[in-house]
Amino acid sequence: MKILVVDDETDIRVLFEQRFRKEIKSGEIEFAFAYSGDDALGYLGKLMHEAVLILSDINMPGMSGLELLKKIKQKFENPPPVVMMITAYGDSENYKQAMDLGADDFLTKPLDFNLLKEKLKSLS
Amino acid sequence: MIFELIIAIVITRYLRKSMQMATKLPKWDKIFNYIFYAAIALLVIDATIAPARIVTTALSHLLMLYLVYILYKEKEFADARQVLLAIAPFVLLSLFSDITKLTYKSQYSAWKSFLELATGFSVVWMVTMWVIINKQRKALNKEKIKAHEEEEKKKQVISLKDQLEIQVAERTAELTKQKEELEETLTELKATQTQLIHAEKMASLGELTAGIAHEIQNPLNFVNNFAEVNTELIAEMQMEIANGNFQEAKEIADDIKDNEQKISFHGKRADAIVKGMLLHSRKNTGQKELTDINALADEYLRLSFHGLRAKDKSFNATLKTDFEHSLPKVNIVHQDVGRVFLNIFNNAFYAVTEKKKTADENYQPIVSVQTKKINGAVLISVKDNGNGIPQTVLEKIFQPFFTTKPTGQGTGLGLSLSYDIIKAHGGEINVETKEAEGTTFIIQIPTT
Repeated sequence: MKILVVDDETDIRVLFEQRFRKEIKSGEIEFAFAYSGDDALGYLGKLMHEAVLILSDINMPGMSGLELLKKIKQKFENPPPVVMMITAYGDSENYKQAMDLGADDFLTKPLDFNLLKEKLKSLS
Repeated sequence: MIFELIIAIVITRYLRKSMQMATKLPKWDKIFNYIFYAAIALLVIDATIAPARIVTTALSHLLMLYLVYILYKEKEFADARQVLLAIAPFVLLSLFSDITKLTYKSQYSAWKSFLELATGFSVVWMVTMWVIINKQRKALNKEKIKAHEEEEKKKQVISLKDQLEIQVAERTAELTKQKEELEETLTELKATQTQLIHAEKMASLGELTAGIAHEIQNPLNFVNNFAEVNTELIAEMQMEIANGNFQEAKEIADDIKDNEQKISFHGKRADAIVKGMLLHSRKNTGQKELTDINALADEYLRLSFHGLRAKDKSFNATLKTDFEHSLPKVNIVHQDVGRVFLNIFNNAFYAVTEKKKTADENYQPIVSVQTKKINGAVLISVKDNGNGIPQTVLEKIFQPFFTTKPTGQGTGLGLSLSYDIIKAHGGEINVETKEAEGTTFIIQIPTT
C-alpha cells in the first residue's frame, strides 16, 4: 500500500518511518511525504496511481488540508484515493467540513498509531 | 459808637457762620448769639431814646471789649485773632475818644480833628484788614478743599488698591485650583495610559493564547510519539540481542539515539514557547540580551499565524520566510521587540484576511518575512499582499488610539507602541505601501 503523508512539520517523516519500521521493511507499506498542499498536489499530479491513501494535516500554512481535500476529490476521481484528515483541533466544525468535502476518515492529533494501523489493516 | 455795635453784629454773625460755631462750639455760639442780640438791642435803644445814649455808649464799649477779650483769651478763637488785629485800633481809638470826650472835654476839642483823622485811618485799616483776612480765608478754604479732595483721591486709590489686591488673591486662588485640577487630571491620564498599555499587552497575549496552545501541542505530540517509538524500539533491540542479531540491534540503537535527539529538540521547542509567553506577559525588566532575530521573528510569526488560525478557522495565508543565516545577534529587549513583531505580523495577516473578503477566488494571501544584514543594522521586512494603506490613513498609523478596525477590535496602540519600542532601540520603522497591492513594514535595528 502506498501512503502519502501531508504535514508542514518535517519531523513527521522520521516519526512515520520509525513507527512503521516493520511494515516498511517487509514492503507492506510505502510512504511518500509532502510538506504543503501544493507539494502534495505536485506529487499526485506525477504519481497519482501510486498513492492509495492520503493522510493530511488540516492546519497548514498556505493551502490548508481542507482545500487540499477539496482539490483531490475534484481532480482525482478514478480511482478515488482514500483521504484521511488529521487535525490538532478535533472540533465538530472541522470534522463536519472534512466529511462534507468527502474525507474518508477523521483523526485527531496526537496520532494514535495503533488505531491508525488497525484502520490501515481494514483497508488493505 | 453805632459803628462799634455794627462791627459787633457783623463779627458775631461772621464768626458764627465761618467757624460753624452752632455745631463746633455750641457754648460760645450761644454767648455770641446773646452779644448779637444785645448789640441790636443797644442799637435800637440808642436810636430811640436819646438821653440813654451815655449808658448805651458805655454798654457798647463794654460789649465790644468783652468780645475782644474773648477773641484774645479763648484758645478756641486762635484762628480768629486776625479779626482782632483788624478791629483793635478802631475799638481802642473809639474807646479812648469817648472817654476823653467824657472826662476831658477841653482836651477833646483840641484833639478832635486828630482823633477823627485817626479814627478814619483805623476804619480804613479795619476795612483793609477785613479784605485781606477774607482773601486769606478764601485761599485757605481753597487749600482746604484741595487737600480734602486729595485726601479723597488718596482714599479712593487705597480702596482701589485693596479691591485690586482682593481680586488678585481671588484670581490666584482660582488659578491654583485649576492647576491642582490639571495636575490631578494629568495623574489620572498617566494611570490610564499605563492601564491601556497593559491592556494592549494583555490583548495581544490573548491573541497569542491559541497560537501558543497549538505551538506547544505540536512539539508535545512529537515528544510523546518519539518516546513511544523508542519504547517499542528498545523492546525490539532486546529481542534482536537475545537472538544474536547484533548488527540489527546496532541499527535500532542508532535510531533510538536519533529519536532521543528529536525528543530533546521538540521538548526544547515547547520550552522556548512557554518561556516566550512568560516573557511576553511578565513585567518588562528592560534588560537587553543578545538575541537571534531570525529565531524571534520565526517564533512570533508562528504564534501569530496559529493564534489567528485558532480564532478563525477560515483564516489562512501562505507564509514565506527568507532569513539571512549569517545575521548577527542584536542586543535588544527580547519581549519588547517580540511585541513589535507580533503586532506587525498580526496586522499583515489582518490585511490579507480583509482583502480575501472582497477579492476573487484566485487571490492567494501571502505574508513574507525577510531578514537582512546591512551596514551596522539588521533589517526585518514584513510584506503582505493586502489592500495597502490609503495615503490619508498612512499619516496616522503610528498615532496612539488610531485604528481602522471596528470598535472593540483594536486598541489603536499596537503600532504606536511598536514605534516607541523600536525608537528606544535606536532603530526605525518604515512603511512602503501601494493601494490594492500591499504593504511592507521595514524594521531597522542597529547592531551596535
